[in-house]
Amino acid sequence: MALFPDPFNSLLGLQNTLDAFRRSGWLQSGPSGDGSYPPLNIFRRKDDFVLVAEIPGVNRSDLEIQVKGRTVRLSGSKTVRYDEKASLHRRERSSGRFDRSVALPVEIDPDRVIAECHDGVLALTLPRAEADKPRSIRLN
Amino acid sequence: MSGSQELAVREKQELAKKEEKTTPGRYFVPTADIFETEQALIVVMEMPGVKKDHVSIEVEEDVLRIEGQLDFAAYEGMDPVYTEYNIGHYARGFTLSGKIDREAINARLEDGVLTLTLPKAKEAMPRRITVN
Repeated sequence: MALFPDPFNSLLGLQNTLDAFRRSGWLQSGPSGDGSYPPLNIFRRKDDFVLVAEIPGVNRSDLEIQVKGRTVRLSGSKTVRYDEKASLHRRERSSGRFDRSVALPVEIDPDRVIAECHDGVLALTLPRAEADKPRSIRLN
Repeated sequence: MSGSQELAVREKQELAKKEEKTTPGRYFVPTADIFETEQALIVVMEMPGVKKDHVSIEVEEDVLRIEGQLDFAAYEGMDPVYTEYNIGHYARGFTLSGKIDREAINARLEDGVLTLTLPKAKEAMPRRITVN
């Protein structure tokens, strides 16, 4: 046990805290909650956005998807079941609740959102709202 | 087990290469649970995005080797704008003990979760002896 506080350790701690704060999404308008479950990737396909998330082992009935304005919210829970009499040798899969909101840079048309889930991968097609699309103006 | 805790993200682990792969793409180690019941050893692995016919399970000598190939075609024509995880194939190997009945290994893939049932050989099953 050191008598003095370790300056190196405190600096590292401060840096980690600052990094965590910077990543937490409080300071930016981009997709929020980096590091929260489920991890997701966002792609652009022409005018539309596609959100892809890996959710292996999440039941369809345990997943809720909400869309409003620019925000997509994914919430639900994942359960990992073991046989009661089984003895565990290795446990890496985790279970629990999740609730995550993501803000996109454009307005989404909630009526045309397509949600698909195959082989544990959720894909949300998020079409840009017509009202949000830029219009080209012709010169007379 | 307790369903109320907050889920945390588990960073994907890239496979440390023992031998060179001939197919392009990264390989990740799927997260796995291993548990044992009286009749069998059960291995559960998460391989999101892998289709049923792209899983290969091989037993060679004492090693059980599982590989899941990802189809990248679904990502064609899409520009990534924000990414939190990388995608790739999955591979993992386990050394089996001699107590497994290799002929009767059974696999099931559901929602990106691969469940392997490795039944114990008859000799290795626990026997109950009744007292006369």
